[in-house]
Amino acid sequence: MEKLSFKLNAPTSAGGTRALAIVGVVASGNLEVLLERTSPANVCTIDIATAAHGFGAVWEAVVRDFVARRAAGGLRISINDGGARPDTVALRLAQGVRLIEEREA
Amino acid sequence: MTAATANRSSLSWYEASARQRLEALVDAGSFNEFIGPELREMSPHLSIFDLPEQFDDGIVIGRGRLDGQPVLVAAQEGRFMGGAFGEVHGAKLTGLLRAARRLKQDVLILFDTGGVRLQEANAGELAIAEIMRAVIEARRPGVRVIGLIGGRAGCYGGGSLIAGTCSTLIVSEQGRISVSGPEVIETNKGIEEFDSRDRAFVWRTMGGKHRYLLGGADIFVDDEASAFRHAAIQALKSKGRCDLGLLEAEQQRLERRLQRFGEASDAVGIWQAIGVDNSEEIPGLPTREFLRRAADKREHAHDAR
Repeated sequence: MEKLSFKLNAPTSAGGTRALAIVGVVASGNLEVLLERTSPANVCTIDIATAAHGFGAVWEAVVRDFVARRAAGGLRISINDGGARPDTVALRLAQGVRLIEEREA
Repeated sequence: MTAATANRSSLSWYEASARQRLEALVDAGSFNEFIGPELREMSPHLSIFDLPEQFDDGIVIGRGRLDGQPVLVAAQEGRFMGGAFGEVHGAKLTGLLRAARRLKQDVLILFDTGGVRLQEANAGELAIAEIMRAVIEARRPGVRVIGLIGGRAGCYGGGSLIAGTCSTLIVSEQGRISVSGPEVIETNKGIEEFDSRDRAFVWRTMGGKHRYLLGGADIFVDDEASAFRHAAIQALKSKGRCDLGLLEAEQQRLERRLQRFGEASDAVGIWQAIGVDNSEEIPGLPTREFLRRAADKREHAHDAR
């Protein structure tokens, strides 16, 4: 496993009040994204464990783009990756912030 | 998830994830997870093999309500390592079943598994044994343990053994149940014995319709989350029985079955022998017509199989 960690300044705080959300599964070409509302409101931390080694620069580009575009402030995001492509990663991150914004049932 | 709620009227059980299935199975908003992903209770073995882990180790357990009744639930994620049992995965189910016995609450197990995880085989095999014991210990004082089978991975290996101890099994056509999987049989016995690439043959011999006709499963449903939900509500209305007389009767039924069909080379011949009209049409029949033809011909397992 390669482990990567990012701590980014997030311009917009995540919406909603849910404490956590989880999307995706760990499978070939797929990943799971766990989001917890435990970071300071203007910070987003992202910890990644990935089966595909040597793609740190691609991960950094994807997570920086994500934090710039989406409301990710206050989130601690943890990822277990089974070798997903960058577009799949971006999709799961977007699904994750949507889910944590949802009203609690 | 938005998709699961929106699709509640039509969600393919086969395609859905473990979490989507649970969400659609129990009463809306009633699910509460035990040992959720945020606790990161993961396999201690996979990192040794440099394999990716999953925060819930491939099984979601918790409590919810089914038609108002409190139930305990477990759902395997068939896409993570084939839904296979490892140490933590198994311990979560064992703990749930022990809680069920203490709380006297019925359990729903949403199987989706290839069996034991090879990377932690000893722990996985032990888990299977512990789970089977826990099922029986819960059933003895009257707790019902319902198995729901219709996922991508089917219900194989140790998972099928656990299914064999359940009080009721609900299955869809896609839900295969067998101890050994198609590839395992072919590898060990040769392609003349079992051609694992012949998908129609695989589904005829291990699929839900065959299991339902032979009493290996009790309720046959469409590949719809709502159909599984209705069947589970139905299953909880019957009183569970688990005693020596029941097991001995089932043992005799299985011995008779082996005598009658032990030489059969294909399921179609077995269906014919139990009196199903035009048995070669069975695989292509829609659910309603299949159930009509099976109605007075199929064998019944009666709380054991």
